[in-house]
Amino acid sequence: MDRIPILKFGNALLVTIQVDMHDRLATALEEDLTSRIVENNAKGVLIDISALEIVDSFIGRMLDNIAAVSRILDADTVVVGMRPAVAITLVELGLSLTGVKTALNVERGMALIQARLKMSDAEDDDSEE
Amino acid sequence: MTTQKSERLEIRSSDDVVRVRQLTRTLAIAAGLGLVDQTKIITAASELARNTLDYGGGGFVLAEQVEAVGRRGVRLTFEDRGPGIPDINAALKDGFTTGKGMGLGLGGAKRLSNEFSIHSTSGEGTKIMIARWK
Amino acid sequence: MAGNVGTVAELVGGNEQTILSEWVELQKKSGGLQTGRITENEVVSQSRDFLHLLRDGLAKGGNDANNPAYGPARQMLADISRSRALQGFSPGETATFIFSLKRPLFNTFSGNAGLSPAQVAELTWNVTLLLDELGLYTLEVFQKSREEVIVRQQREISELSTPVVKLWDGVLALPLIGTLDSARTQVVMENLLQTIVDTEAEIAIIDITGVPTVDTLTAQHLLKTVAAARLMGADCIISGIRPQIAQTMVHLGVELNVVSKATLADAFAVALDRTGRMVTKQRKTASSFERSKAPAEKGQ
Repeated sequence: MDRIPILKFGNALLVTIQVDMHDRLATALEEDLTSRIVENNAKGVLIDISALEIVDSFIGRMLDNIAAVSRILDADTVVVGMRPAVAITLVELGLSLTGVKTALNVERGMALIQARLKMSDAEDDDSEE
Repeated sequence: MTTQKSERLEIRSSDDVVRVRQLTRTLAIAAGLGLVDQTKIITAASELARNTLDYGGGGFVLAEQVEAVGRRGVRLTFEDRGPGIPDINAALKDGFTTGKGMGLGLGGAKRLSNEFSIHSTSGEGTKIMIARWK
Repeated sequence: MAGNVGTVAELVGGNEQTILSEWVELQKKSGGLQTGRITENEVVSQSRDFLHLLRDGLAKGGNDANNPAYGPARQMLADISRSRALQGFSPGETATFIFSLKRPLFNTFSGNAGLSPAQVAELTWNVTLLLDELGLYTLEVFQKSREEVIVRQQREISELSTPVVKLWDGVLALPLIGTLDSARTQVVMENLLQTIVDTEAEIAIIDITGVPTVDTLTAQHLLKTVAAARLMGADCIISGIRPQIAQTMVHLGVELNVVSKATLADAFAVALDRTGRMVTKQRKTASSFERSKAPAEKGQ
């Protein structure tokens, strides 16, 4: 069975979703990401959905799940590249994806992850003093 | 209203949900719907197909390209012989549930469509129609 | 009668030049040419082409304007009608093209020695019915063309009144003017989101100074726009909330859970700050000060 490839991208993981995913593929992705975050001690997960023409509540739930699991494993999830038509539809659908951070593209998403890492490092330093 | 194209798809597995999306896209494009309208009806179809599978125990969809009063559109009718929806009003209210429950499917599909109608009888099944016009 | 119709086609064909020049004269007299929107040459060539198509129709399609043999003639009429509608001709001026053909044809029939008065009457009647139908068709196409223009203009107005302006790198402004109904919100959202993608914007300032009232529905539309922009990674700031609007919103229990500022200027300042920029005042340098003093000293 095909699995969606996960690339190591600095201290983050990059996933590019390009196919119309069916359920097994989505479940496999959640599992793969979980193990890879631990394996690579990743601090961030970038999910590039710029190729997705449709995001329904199933995919929305998958993104929320990934974000929740990553958070527990101390990694930030950023969903990037959402298409305008998809954004409009998701809002109408009522999917707010509140647990998920978003950015316009991979570059911005990466910058977001690094910025938050710096902030939390600074906080850790403060608390240690 | 006249039907120009129609196709019936069985919904028995999650692969079928993908097929429903693809069929809806084909019809939406043929009806001349704009990109945002296409996205809305395909997403609504995906939600209802998934509901048919998960809560209806499987069923089918009748997908049609229709025309009325000079406008073209897409009409989808989802049918199953499942347990039915006891409280339709409650089901239409939004509630994003992570476990069982229709979550956003029904209410969302209604908001994404120009037309929506539902018939459901406990113990007998459910029939839902949505349509989107150009 | 088939024999009848064959005669008409032959009559038209045989007297083409006469019919044509009479017809063009009548069209000129009706005043369509005077405004200069169409030249005499164009009138002559359009008329000639149409006469040929009409003759073909008469030869094969009888008196029925809906017969396929009249297809090319109807097509030409549709084209003429549509282009005249767009050029600003009145419906009457456009229909005159057809109706003024009646007299030249009648003259041809009645001037033909080989036809009895009864035959002339019948020919005239049939041709009149035919031209009436074609004339009505012309008017229908004209009407439809005008309607299409209106629909297109409505869409343009909708888009014009929701311009998205780039204030700075990564900062967009969307000054909303007028009421925000669901149809307009769609246009606004699509416009804004596409511009966010095109300009890689990080912040969108939605200014509602020009929105007269903000009721629950309008607020919902605003919130949808903000939510959609957020999903794409852009933050929104709402500006231009007048005191009355703020009060109305509180009374209605409307909650805009998005940063809001009183003026577009304030919002812009916040946006610049958030995108890591600062505005500094230029310092006047010493040399520029000297230069302004020097000429006066030299003069003394």
